[in-house]
Amino acid sequence: MLSQSLRARLLMAPALLWLTAFMVVPCLLILALGFFRRGIYGGVDYTFTFENFRLLADPLYLGIFLHSARVAGTATLIAVVVGYAAAYAIAGAPRRWQGMLLFLAVLPFWSNYLIRTYAWIVLLNREGLITQGLRMLGYEGEPPSMLYTEGAVIVGLVYNYLPFVILACYAPLSRLNPELAEASRDLGAGAFTTFRRVVLPQTLAGVAAGAVFVFVLSIGNFITPALLGGGKFQMVGNLVYAQFLTANDWPFGAALSMVLIAIMMVLLMAQAWGTAKGMGERNG
Amino acid sequence: MTVLLNIDAVTKRFGAVMAVDRLSLDIYENEFFALLGASGSGKTTLLRMLAGFEMPEEGAIRLDGADVARVPPNKRPVNLMFQSYALFPHMTVEGNIAYGLEMERLGRGEIAARVGEIMEKTQLSALAKRKPDQLSGGQKQRVALARALVKRPRLLLLDEPLGALDKKLRAAMQLELKRLQHEVGITFIVVTHDQEEALVMADRIAILKDGRLVQVGSPHEVYEAPASRYAADFIGVTNFVEDGGRVLAIRPERIALFPEAADRKVEGRVVARAYHGLDLMLHVATAMSAQPLIVRVTAAGADRRPVAEGDMVTIGWNDADVRIFTD
Repeated sequence: MLSQSLRARLLMAPALLWLTAFMVVPCLLILALGFFRRGIYGGVDYTFTFENFRLLADPLYLGIFLHSARVAGTATLIAVVVGYAAAYAIAGAPRRWQGMLLFLAVLPFWSNYLIRTYAWIVLLNREGLITQGLRMLGYEGEPPSMLYTEGAVIVGLVYNYLPFVILACYAPLSRLNPELAEASRDLGAGAFTTFRRVVLPQTLAGVAAGAVFVFVLSIGNFITPALLGGGKFQMVGNLVYAQFLTANDWPFGAALSMVLIAIMMVLLMAQAWGTAKGMGERNG
Repeated sequence: MTVLLNIDAVTKRFGAVMAVDRLSLDIYENEFFALLGASGSGKTTLLRMLAGFEMPEEGAIRLDGADVARVPPNKRPVNLMFQSYALFPHMTVEGNIAYGLEMERLGRGEIAARVGEIMEKTQLSALAKRKPDQLSGGQKQRVALARALVKRPRLLLLDEPLGALDKKLRAAMQLELKRLQHEVGITFIVVTHDQEEALVMADRIAILKDGRLVQVGSPHEVYEAPASRYAADFIGVTNFVEDGGRVLAIRPERIALFPEAADRKVEGRVVARAYHGLDLMLHVATAMSAQPLIVRVTAAGADRRPVAEGDMVTIGWNDADVRIFTD
């Protein structure tokens, strides 16, 4: 008979091996790459240096990080507000409709990310569907410039990641005992206070999970800024992409990636820790 | 006695279902009132209309003379203790109880004082910092009660308040609720399907069926003088005997075993006996009715003259103890 813990370890072994070989080791390699010099003709010159990480503090690159964080943060904020409202409406719909509504909310996921983003180009470009629509309504002036703006990037990010927020918020909302809101009303609270003090606190874990998801996926995203932001608009993802594929500066690209990965790790761990703590309080 | 609550021809439908049907009822100040009925009788709908969660289609609900039928729940001096207790899981016991007072925008000092006082009264002081998940069923029930009472409502509604408790605790809490009600001087309306609970706790009982009142009266009245065959059957155990278009109803404890003198005597065979400790229920098959008559014999009486299954016995009763229904 195998002991319980040995069996557990054996069952986990394939997954751990896989993650080590294809996740941890490559990450360490990239991290190591960050401490070398760029070769004069591209490639890597294997002499140790902190130069790449020091370069990150350069206002140019720091600015791109902060800008990315702001764009990702705005997208997160909008996605959370819109997604929470949608999840709230779905959770409040008759039971037999909820499955269908969730399915519809997640439906875009079944098509390719690139195609979905291209669809926004069709909508937003100067003679796109939105402009044509305005023309049909009698609008005669200059077509609005919507594509290749920060707004377009944010719209693209929100659109792509909204389903995560809806799913993450729907789960706790659908489990909420409706009598809790009634009890709050009965004790003298208005609708808004009931939401703020009773409904929201019990669904915060879902909000946090959805928000971290959107933020982490957005800040590292490079397809949406490239397609909807145009070439002029750079986020960290585009910068990393450029270092590896056009500038041929792999060590600096590696350093940038590590910082990005570190930001994501911190957020994901904070969220996991927060959820575990919340659960511990509930069960303790 | 002053009328606190006047329910005047209140009607509520859900689709084609008539949940409450032109129901009128007065409830007096400081009364402990029970709404008793089977599931689907409309008692919960009526309670929810009193709390403000449902609106009657017709009729008025007057509290201290003012119609509150269309006043939202957060604006009425009425509180409801939910069957599920509906305690806020992310707040402590203290936080749950303080919530309703915070909504009244009272000062911190007053809130603390009133929360402390009600926790004292409901023996919750030691549990103030606990979360609902760390409480037993009985403790949760007391928190739900304290949370509603601390608001000092004109009217406290309790939806199956003891339904989730085990039998022993339920018996203790029945008396505890009564004691608390006297102490705080608030009118209680309890919804229950448990007739024994209603008899023990209430000053008056209303029996509901299909959204209408069957009978309103003191526990003694509804038990000893049921207004209809339904009321007699719903409260306690009753034997029914068909008698030429009429129905005679008689309680098991009013039938004597081997009576010396009785207005009516009948022979029968004991077909079953159910021992309850305190008393013994004999099922006696007679020529009078298709159903065997149930006879309640005290433990002492059973010991004096033991009866076994299959024995022939004589049973009897007095006419004064028989209720006659023509429906």
